[in-house]
Amino acid sequence: MTDTKETAARARKKQSAFAALEIDTRLLGMIGAFIAVCLVFNILTEGRFLTPRNVFNLTIQTVSVAIMATGMVFVIVTRHIDLSVGALLATCSAVMAMTQTMVVPEWLGLGLGHPLTAPIAIAVGCVAGMAIGAFHGWLIGYLTIPAFIVTLGGLLVWRNVAWHLTSGQTIGPLDETFQLFGGINGTLGETWSWIFGIVAVLAAWFGLFTARRSKIRHEFKVKPIWAELVLGGLIASAILGFVSLLTAYEIPTRRLERIFEAAGQVMPEGHTQGYGVPISVLVLIVVAIIMTIVAQRTRLGRYIFATGGNPDAAALAGINTRMLTVKVFMIMGLLCAISAVVASARQTFHSNDIGTLDELRVIAAAVIGGTALAGGSGTIYGAILGALIMQSLQSGMAMVGVDAPYQNIVVGMVLVLAVFVDILYRRRTGD
Amino acid sequence: MAKVDRSGTPLVELRNISIAFGGVHAVDDVSVDLYPGEVVGLLGHNGAGKSTLIKCLSGAYQADSGEVFVDGKKVSIRNPRDARDHNIETIYQTLALADNLDAASNLFLGREITSGIGLVDDARMEAETRKIMGRLNPNFRKFNAPVSALSGGQRQSVAISRAVYFNARILIMDEPTAALGVEETRMVAELIDELKRQGLGIFLIDHDIHQVKTLCDRASVMKNGKLVGTVDVDDVTEDDLLGMIILGKQPEKAA
Repeated sequence: MTDTKETAARARKKQSAFAALEIDTRLLGMIGAFIAVCLVFNILTEGRFLTPRNVFNLTIQTVSVAIMATGMVFVIVTRHIDLSVGALLATCSAVMAMTQTMVVPEWLGLGLGHPLTAPIAIAVGCVAGMAIGAFHGWLIGYLTIPAFIVTLGGLLVWRNVAWHLTSGQTIGPLDETFQLFGGINGTLGETWSWIFGIVAVLAAWFGLFTARRSKIRHEFKVKPIWAELVLGGLIASAILGFVSLLTAYEIPTRRLERIFEAAGQVMPEGHTQGYGVPISVLVLIVVAIIMTIVAQRTRLGRYIFATGGNPDAAALAGINTRMLTVKVFMIMGLLCAISAVVASARQTFHSNDIGTLDELRVIAAAVIGGTALAGGSGTIYGAILGALIMQSLQSGMAMVGVDAPYQNIVVGMVLVLAVFVDILYRRRTGD
Repeated sequence: MAKVDRSGTPLVELRNISIAFGGVHAVDDVSVDLYPGEVVGLLGHNGAGKSTLIKCLSGAYQADSGEVFVDGKKVSIRNPRDARDHNIETIYQTLALADNLDAASNLFLGREITSGIGLVDDARMEAETRKIMGRLNPNFRKFNAPVSALSGGQRQSVAISRAVYFNARILIMDEPTAALGVEETRMVAELIDELKRQGLGIFLIDHDIHQVKTLCDRASVMKNGKLVGTVDVDDVTEDDLLGMIILGKQPEKAA
């Protein structure tokens, strides 16, 4: 009798201690699901899943879809959909490939390998992505054509505009500087990775501190100090653990030798060097931070969520919901261009099939990440976690030896299941 | 009730407003006015054109013809933002709240407080919301919940606080008590009296004739998009008002 009472009391205490941390339960659920996926595959592959090498590959494979998924959150939150992201990625990739292999070296006469090639190509690609996205937004917002139709048309149009731009050819190799954004071809190295990790931890702590100070200034309730410390510790260990895994992935000796040779040096005996954080992952992190700030701390973000929650109320509050639609799709277009940089740099050339079926992966990532198709709710971190979970499932199954068609069957079922779990969760929490 | 002084310029004047939707004259050549410290009730059946008329003032619709004067000056109200710039605030029947956002985000929707670098200052907006709620509805506690989690009365107080916070001079209330209980209705009535004393002008759309008789100074009755007439509520009986609404006939002048 006393025993059960005690357990109940302890359970309650545990719960309140947990509540004190004020961590979003949805976020926790997704992290839990992600860790479960990793652990299961790690056991199935006898420890090969969580090796530095595989974690490295997993992250660089996730980047392209994850970047677009953050934009898809805005699109879906405003009750729209974008089926054209994969095709738009292909067009941006084609534009950038042609810019760096033809326009800059030949038309501008700068030749191959000029340091300006990559910046020019990326700028042109981003402008193209934003222009196409804004055009979609205009068709949807001002001409009131449903987003489903506009972007379904866009899927067919842009996929084949890409084909037209390159005359159906594979364009490559891409510029060397440009290739740095592709993952394995561009990493920070050990020292800079650690510097990055430490800066990230300090920034996170600073964020926690300023949030707390602002709450105290307005005399709101704050969490107990120990909860802040635990949270800060968790964030720090997550960031530093991630960095240490990536730096532990060592550059093959043969490749290192070649690097030393190129510099006219001889590699010392027994020298090793880790890859560290890929530049593409850095790009994703920057995109994620900016998109989170836009979502939570800017008027634009506030209007996006308000419009998703109640379009009429937003309009009555003086928000120009048509222009908002243009902006949302313009952001989506820009993110498609950034993803195109990462995706084409990763394969070191532009191909016709680049980004094929990405629209479905991107939508799935956003939805698995808790973005409601009814509009009005969704998070950036959720979409990125969703992309990570899907990529882990897929590459995990590939490592276990599941054939690609079966992988797709599993991913499809997981998508439906994830949405069902989300519905149950919403029903229980009532939001 | 003290008599309203109508010797000066009206706070707001709608002159010869007409608006049609696909050939149907929703509002047909209607003129109404409103003086400081006055509550004017708008009465009529569903579809009589009350809400449509008022939406021409709040910027939700644009009148096909007619003029709007604020403080005797002609103004053009093309969208809700223009209306807000003239200190015209509206509490819609639907409340017009974004259900997924919290009270503070709704209160400041479209007019967020931003910090020096242009980011929205949630903490300050919540503090301001707590302040005004302390005045309007001291029992309000759920500052961090989305408004979908609030009761009808709490939602109403969010909508009202939004209108009051920004120093409205002209307030439009579209059936503010339709979804409320007895206690909450009384609170709204008290609030209307307080705002009136502060010199606001209020257009009150309501179905409840009894309530219009107690809360309003004048009543304008509409039928089929046309104005039947505007009367001083003290000069007419509830039956007179009913006659205007149902039959569209002017009461015989008492005085």
